[in-house]
Amino acid sequence: MNIRAQIGMVMNLDKCIGCHTCSVTCKNVWTSREGQEYAWYNNVETKPGVGYPKEWENQDKWNGGWRRKTDGSIEPRMGGKWKVLGNLFANPDLPEIDDYYEPFDFDYEHLKTAPDSDTVPTARPRSLITGERMEKIERGPNWEEILGTEFESRSCDRNFEQIQKAIYGEFENTFMMYLPRLCEHCLNPSCLAVCPSGAIYKREEDGVVLIDQDKCRGWRMCISGCPYKKIYFNWRTGKSEKCIFCYPRIETGEPTVCSETCVGRIRYLGVLLYDADRIAQAASTPSEEDLYQAQLDLFLDPFDAAVQAEARKAGIPEAWLEAARSSPVYKMALDWKLAFPLHPEYRTLPMVWYVPPLSPIQSAAESGWIGSDDLLPEVRSLRIPVRYLANMLTAGREEPVVLALERLLAMRAYMRGKTVDGVAKHAVLDRVGLTPRQVEEMYRYLAIANYEDRFVIPTGYREYASAAFDAYGERGGCGFSFGNNCSGGMTRFNPFGAPKITEHRGSPIKVKPKA
Amino acid sequence: MFDLNTALFGYYPYIVMAVFLLGSWLRFDRDQFTWRAGSSQLLRKRLLRWGSNLFHIGILLLFFGHVFGLLTPPEVYHALGLSTPAKQLLAVVAGGIFGGLCLAGLVLLLYRRLGDPRIRATGSRMDLFVLLLIMAQLALGLFSLPISLRHPDGGNMLLLAEWAQRIVTFRSNAAELVADVHWVFKLHLFLGMTLFLIFPFSRLVHIWSVPIWYLGRPYQIVRRR
Repeated sequence: MNIRAQIGMVMNLDKCIGCHTCSVTCKNVWTSREGQEYAWYNNVETKPGVGYPKEWENQDKWNGGWRRKTDGSIEPRMGGKWKVLGNLFANPDLPEIDDYYEPFDFDYEHLKTAPDSDTVPTARPRSLITGERMEKIERGPNWEEILGTEFESRSCDRNFEQIQKAIYGEFENTFMMYLPRLCEHCLNPSCLAVCPSGAIYKREEDGVVLIDQDKCRGWRMCISGCPYKKIYFNWRTGKSEKCIFCYPRIETGEPTVCSETCVGRIRYLGVLLYDADRIAQAASTPSEEDLYQAQLDLFLDPFDAAVQAEARKAGIPEAWLEAARSSPVYKMALDWKLAFPLHPEYRTLPMVWYVPPLSPIQSAAESGWIGSDDLLPEVRSLRIPVRYLANMLTAGREEPVVLALERLLAMRAYMRGKTVDGVAKHAVLDRVGLTPRQVEEMYRYLAIANYEDRFVIPTGYREYASAAFDAYGERGGCGFSFGNNCSGGMTRFNPFGAPKITEHRGSPIKVKPKA
Repeated sequence: MFDLNTALFGYYPYIVMAVFLLGSWLRFDRDQFTWRAGSSQLLRKRLLRWGSNLFHIGILLLFFGHVFGLLTPPEVYHALGLSTPAKQLLAVVAGGIFGGLCLAGLVLLLYRRLGDPRIRATGSRMDLFVLLLIMAQLALGLFSLPISLRHPDGGNMLLLAEWAQRIVTFRSNAAELVADVHWVFKLHLFLGMTLFLIFPFSRLVHIWSVPIWYLGRPYQIVRRR
């Protein structure tokens, strides 16, 4: 067993109001730079829709994620290593910036400087790539906002697979939901697997997937390798960039910017323990429909004494084990089985999970809802087709999604009975296999959603890390500096003779993690 | 007395070598963030698939052709059963084909770089300069083919190869060898060396980073603290 810990995220889509605060705060902090105007580490899509970039879920088009070969092993869908290198000169699977949108700004200055005229002056758009006037904005970061654009184009949404989708284009049958998306920080990342430079890596201590900006050579394979299209090529620097899971905040025990600022309080952050030795096996599960369960099986029970002992041996700090026991992500994904990974069929074992949204009941009378207090409405009569959610969250297997929706409904029925009618409706809970204690806790996490319940983040142990080496070196090395910092450089030897200020002749006292 | 021939073909090669190696090392050490292929495919896909593939395949074949042609001692290829006139013919034919591939790609790339507003606006002057320099170099190379055919015995080729071998093995009197070759060859040598001179200061550094070791690494990389 090779235990690793990861900080995962859950989003409760039932409460997402689509306000885009997560996207905007993230943008302001991380991507408000030239070359990344079009990039949104976090974006919120209205579903059904083709999303951003266009049709990102269509892997027949983009070839992202993994494919299971006939011999039972998996390889990137883009192709094996030779094929990846063969495509180095021109990557046939790379989206063009127009598949996202051509970034633009408006000539606001004109509003102030326009001469007196009969008509109101306007601020016309200008391309942020060429600086030229744009006569028409063809696409934007959130082009399908609240079912914008015609159904015809939105219905190319891959989650409609095996659904008679035509009727959902009719006004009476239309449905919608929001899907906030960021990098999944997968257990089996395919962006990493196709990076020819080996610049992308997963951090052992918290599972964050990062791109080493110095080592990235801009071969742009990761952009097509990632099936979620969450790696963005910076056309200014010629390097790829992605969501960094706000690691400087996570390391100090603070939630990511998108989670912190979420006004709907839909986001949860918590530790999950998993067995890294079984990743390959889980990712190559034969049937796509079984991938959700295979991923669940990777996670370890943080209350199990044997798991704890093994984790301590692997050097996982005590605070992390404690956090794993009170992890909201563990509760929602494993304990209550409310949260699901996004598109498990890509075989990347994603670590941002979603609680499916409830929706209005199509016909209350037909579903037997009216007049019967103890019964739950038929989940299949909800406005959002179960199959649609299952295509998105469980590779098409409907039972887990149905159970999760029923549990959400049961929680409402039970709590309403308890607080409004003053009756404990145990029958409702029995039907969905929950105990009153579990439901009370679910209610606390989902409805109340206190800050300290949503975010259980142990701080990083920088003082145990070899990086502390550098910090000490910088402290006693060059002091405060301007310009070229400590004259660090990347290679071991200083081309100018003097020993590098960040290199140490003697080794400092080794700090060993507490057992 | 100043002798241009000695300066260009005796000393310039070493200046170029020093700048090429030291410059690459310094850039790698001090400013690795700027070390990249500089792809503009995201901004415009059109023409790149043909242009870039043809160009790269052509120029790689030309590069290896030159390495073999210039640096193999005659004894070696004679032992392999290749006579000097036959080797020259091989060089002319192969050079013509590879040069044609490269030229087709280069024309597409230049057209794209100069004609596309996005690429024009975001590319650097150095990017354009490198393309133009390679274009000039390629044109000279192709132009030299009929001149080579005027000396079917391959004597000219032997002189050029001997020059290159003397330069890389630090033997003296290399410049004299090429003093009397056709000006097309001389200019071709000079521009070829200049490409190495500007190498560390342009996107050409991505050639150092050809990711062959990707073939040998495991798919997943996990970094410990």
